[in-house]
Amino acid sequence: MSATPPTTQAAKGAKSPLSDRSRSEQRLGWKLAMPAFIVMVLVTGYPILQAVWNSFFAYRLTDPDNRRFVGLNNYLVSFTDQVFWSAMWMTVLVTIITVVVELVLGFIIALVMHRIVLPRRTLRTLVLIPYSIITVVSGFTWLYAFSTGTGFVNQWIQWMPGIDANYNWFGGFWSSLFVISLSEIWKTTPFMSLLLLAGLAQVDTSMEEAAKVDGASWLQVLIKVILPSMKAAVMVALLFRTLDAFRIFDNIFIMTGGANDTSSLSMLIYRQTIDRTEIGLGSALSVILFLCVLVIAAVFVKAFKVDLAEGRG
Amino acid sequence: MKQSAKGTGIWSVLAVPIMLWTAVPLLWMLSLSLKSADMLADPDASLLGNFWPKDPTLENYELIFSGGASELFMPALRNSLIVCLLATLISVVLAMFCAYAISRLEFKGKKMILVTALAVSFFPVVAMVTPLFEIWSRTGLFDTIPGLVIPYLALTLPLSIWTMSAFFQQIPWEMEQAAQVDGASSWQAFRKVIIPLAAPGVFTTAIITFFIAWNDFVFAISLTSDRARTVPAALAFFTGASQFEQPTGAIMAASVVVTIPVVILVLLFQRRIVAGLTSGAVKG
Repeated sequence: MSATPPTTQAAKGAKSPLSDRSRSEQRLGWKLAMPAFIVMVLVTGYPILQAVWNSFFAYRLTDPDNRRFVGLNNYLVSFTDQVFWSAMWMTVLVTIITVVVELVLGFIIALVMHRIVLPRRTLRTLVLIPYSIITVVSGFTWLYAFSTGTGFVNQWIQWMPGIDANYNWFGGFWSSLFVISLSEIWKTTPFMSLLLLAGLAQVDTSMEEAAKVDGASWLQVLIKVILPSMKAAVMVALLFRTLDAFRIFDNIFIMTGGANDTSSLSMLIYRQTIDRTEIGLGSALSVILFLCVLVIAAVFVKAFKVDLAEGRG
Repeated sequence: MKQSAKGTGIWSVLAVPIMLWTAVPLLWMLSLSLKSADMLADPDASLLGNFWPKDPTLENYELIFSGGASELFMPALRNSLIVCLLATLISVVLAMFCAYAISRLEFKGKKMILVTALAVSFFPVVAMVTPLFEIWSRTGLFDTIPGLVIPYLALTLPLSIWTMSAFFQQIPWEMEQAAQVDGASSWQAFRKVIIPLAAPGVFTTAIITFFIAWNDFVFAISLTSDRARTVPAALAFFTGASQFEQPTGAIMAASVVVTIPVVILVLLFQRRIVAGLTSGAVKG
């Protein structure tokens, strides 16, 4: 706006009160936005700087006087520890599984919510409930559902012929991973479907109709018309869920506590920091997790051209 | 016409498995809370293959409200309510000023604030635990109400700012000036015109903010030990009468108790919550 140079004297004269107004608007804008901005920067910025600093020291909270500078040693220790790589593997695996399943399931649910007429409100309400309940609660619910003896899952499986009804779901890595992912998927698919539903609402229905008139099958309409116009919504939903899944903690803590190599990166940080009070090592892991999240976000923004500011219109 | 009617039928049929998928775990939660310790592992005491108790009992609810588990559950419930309400209140007020500035005023750095909020929401919260744990231990904020409220602001502010900015952008601010032209004072115009228009957005943001704080587990178990412990953390550290006994029924009764208010809020405001969740993330 202000980039346009004034052409006449009159315009120049008229500009001065305007820029006064805009200057006071500038000041007011900053004054109003400042408190939230300062809180966000202080509460997250300061801890991460502190974490970077602490990661260069060998240091236990129980023995704060014995603080030695060790350079990059904490990172070296982490990278050469098999436990770190197993946590990394678990984190990546659980992220891919849950995000892919949630995308497919979330899209189906979004389509149903979009098309359905009759129990629309009921469906929407019901779908919102898992998203709103506490993760710890859903974690316990699924844990008990699959527990031997207490759970109903093994009992229901028993109804099928020739299957061992007392399967120990939490006895190994893959079955534990399955139940953890299931709980995570149950809890967060609604978020995915709601974002996709918003994307569906933006699809131009006239193009859909035109394609149908031209004799396109339902699947062709989906692939050629609906999906391309939903790309922004899908990408934003994927980015949010990927970052979220990468930080997985609650479900694992409740269900396995990290047994059978099911610790995620977040679990590992918790163990190092709170259980073992190894501040230096925990800090190094925090910085690694932080960098991973940065890389994921950067990949989405660059490779998939997610423009988050644009996405808001 | 015929085709679209047929389509509707198929979609309605598809809604059934979706509803079951959502409802079965919720019913299971309720079912467990109504089972006594003896009933838990006994399929003969339940219907549908260990699913629903033949003889429901409320003893788990007695246990958490007035019995042995009440000393653990009631303070946690109180802490959760205080911490989450405080965090919601502060977060919504700060975000309201910020969102007003963003959607109404022209100033440099607007985009930077939105990007900062986005970056903060991408932040892995566990990465904050180590430094906060250390700082809180040194400053005496460990295991206190403010010690949880402060990190909850970081959890909730980004979403509050984005959601409310999206809502505020839909408000026709010119109406405020129009009211002033019609003879209302600035304050009158603001109170009579803008507040009623902005209130639904603020309210929706408050609900979503509350859900986020209510759900937090990472900070709750890392930054508290017993005095400021909230419900999610207390549930995780529930112990039975003996160390060999999992207090399944009590945990599930407590779970039902903290889930009911959430379900009521969702029932009452589902349309607004959907609008709030999607407007902040997908479109303005």
